Amino acid sequence: MAEIAGRTTPQPVAPGESAPPRRMVPAWVITTSSVVGVLLIWQLLGPTINPVFGSYPSEIALAFVDLVKTGKLWTALLESVQPFVVGYGLAILIGVPLGLVIGGSRVTEAALGIYVTAGYAMPLIALVPLLVLWLGLGFKVKVATVFLMSIFPICINTWLGVTAVPKTLIEVGKSFVAPNSVILRRIILPATLPYIMAGIRLAVGRAVVAMVIAEFLTSISGLGAIIINSANNFDTATMFVPVLLLMVMAIGLNSLIGLVERLVAPWQTEIAGRDQE
Amino acid sequence: MGEVSLIDVSKRFTLRVGGETQTVQALTRVSFTVRDGEIVSLIGPSGCGKTTALRIAMGLETASAGRIMVDGSEVKGCGHDRGMVFQHAELLPWLTAMQNVMFGLEMKGMRGTALHDTAARYLDLVGLGESRHRRPHQLSGGMKQRVGIARALAIDPKVLLMDEPFGALDAQTRETMQDELMRLHERTRKTILFVTHDLDEAVLIADRIVVMREGCIQEIMNVPLPRPRGDLGRARGTKEFAATRYRVWQALHAGAPTLH
Repeated sequence: MAEIAGRTTPQPVAPGESAPPRRMVPAWVITTSSVVGVLLIWQLLGPTINPVFGSYPSEIALAFVDLVKTGKLWTALLESVQPFVVGYGLAILIGVPLGLVIGGSRVTEAALGIYVTAGYAMPLIALVPLLVLWLGLGFKVKVATVFLMSIFPICINTWLGVTAVPKTLIEVGKSFVAPNSVILRRIILPATLPYIMAGIRLAVGRAVVAMVIAEFLTSISGLGAIIINSANNFDTATMFVPVLLLMVMAIGLNSLIGLVERLVAPWQTEIAGRDQE
Repeated sequence: MGEVSLIDVSKRFTLRVGGETQTVQALTRVSFTVRDGEIVSLIGPSGCGKTTALRIAMGLETASAGRIMVDGSEVKGCGHDRGMVFQHAELLPWLTAMQNVMFGLEMKGMRGTALHDTAARYLDLVGLGESRHRRPHQLSGGMKQRVGIARALAIDPKVLLMDEPFGALDAQTRETMQDELMRLHERTRKTILFVTHDLDEAVLIADRIVVMREGCIQEIMNVPLPRPRGDLGRARGTKEFAATRYRVWQALHAGAPTLH
C-alpha cells in the first residue's frame, strides 16, 4: 500500500496517516484563463481582418463604452429583457405542469405528446409573420415568440422526467395508501425536479435566440435593433456588443439556475458526488 | 390480531413476444395462512411466483382469481393493515431517514408531535436514532433497509410483508439483519410474511416454510427450532437446523430438471 502511495505522491505516506490533500485548481480559475486566452488570440489576430468582416475585443470594448455613454445600450436592454422575462416565465409556468400531465398517464401521453414533440421542431421563424397578423408588432408578439421557443424543451424534459421516475418509488406511495395527488406532489415532482431544471436551462439559449428573432422580424427594437442597425452600417464592432452581451447574460442566467437547482434539489448533486468538486 | 391468508389465488400475465401474445400462469390456486405472530418464509427458485404472491397480498397487484383475507375479512388494494418492506429499501432519496419514516405515518393521517415522536421511536428501535437526519445516499445498505423496516413498522400494520429484504446485502450484514429481525419480532410479535431465495435464511427466521415451484405450492413445512432464537449463529449449529434445511433442499430439488 505504501509503495503505491509512494508512486502517486511525492513522499511515501505511512499507513494510517492520511496523505496531504492535493490542491485542485478551482474550476473558475480554469474557465477564466481559458476566456482570457481566447480573447488574447482574438485581439492578436483580429486587426489583420478587414473591419467590415470582423472585429476584435479592444474595438468592441470601445463600441461598448460608446453605447453605454449615449444610454442606448441601457434602453435597448430594458426593451429586450421585458418580453424575455414574461415569455420565458410563462413557458416555465405552463411547460412544467403540461409536462407533468403528459407524462402522468398513458392517455394524456398518447393524446398530447405528439403536439409537443412536433412543436419542438416547429420552424418558428417562418411563423413569426403569422404571429404578427394575430398579435400585432409590439410587446405581445415578442412574448409569444419567446414563449413558443422555450416552452417545448421545458415541457419535453419534464415529461421525460416523469416517465423516468422509478416505478418502485411510486409503489412506495401506493403501499402506504397515498392518494394520487400526494404521489404526484411528494414523489413524482421531486423525482422529476432534476429533469425540470435541465429543461429550464436548455430553454435559456432558445429564449435568447427567440427574443432577437422577434426584434428583427416585428417592430425593430431592443438589442436586436442595435445588431441590425449597426450591421446595416457595416459597424461590425458595435454589432458585436449586444451579441456578446446576450451570450454573457445567458451564461449568468445558466449559473443562476444551477444555483437554484442546488437549493431546491440538493440531494441530486450530492448523489452524483459533484458537490466535492 | 394479525393474520393474513391467500385463498385460491391465481395470477395470469399476458406478454407480447415478437407479435404473439403469450399467457404466463404466474400463480395457480395458491392458498396459505400466516397466523398471528408467526413468521412464514416463502421460498423457491426465481420465477416461481413468490414475489408475485407477496405483491398480491400487499395489493400492489391484483389476483386473476382468489381472495386475500386479513383477520378474516377480505381486502382489496393496499391498506395500512399491511406494511411492505421492499427489496432495495426504496427510500425516497430527497428525504432524511426520519422524513422517510414520517412519510408513511403522514399517509396514515398522523400529524404534529405524535408524528415526530413515533418516527423517532421506530428509528431508535432499529438502532438508527443517531442517523435520523441523514439522507439515503449517506446510509449503508443495511442502514437503508433498517429505515425501510422502521417505515413499515411505524404505521403499526397487522402484517409485515418483506420482499427479499436482505438479498442485496453482503453476507455479514445479512446475518446481523437476520439477528435484528428476530429481536424486533420478539419485541413486537408482528406477523411476518418473508420472501427469500436463501435456504439458510428461510429456515433460520421462520416458524413455517412455504416452498413454491412454478406458481404452485410444493410443500408447507414446520421449522422445529425453538423461540426465542436470539443468537442465530448458535441456531445454525443445531441438528434441527441441518435436518430442516435438508428437507427444504429436497423439496426445492424434487422434480427440478436435472442438467445431466
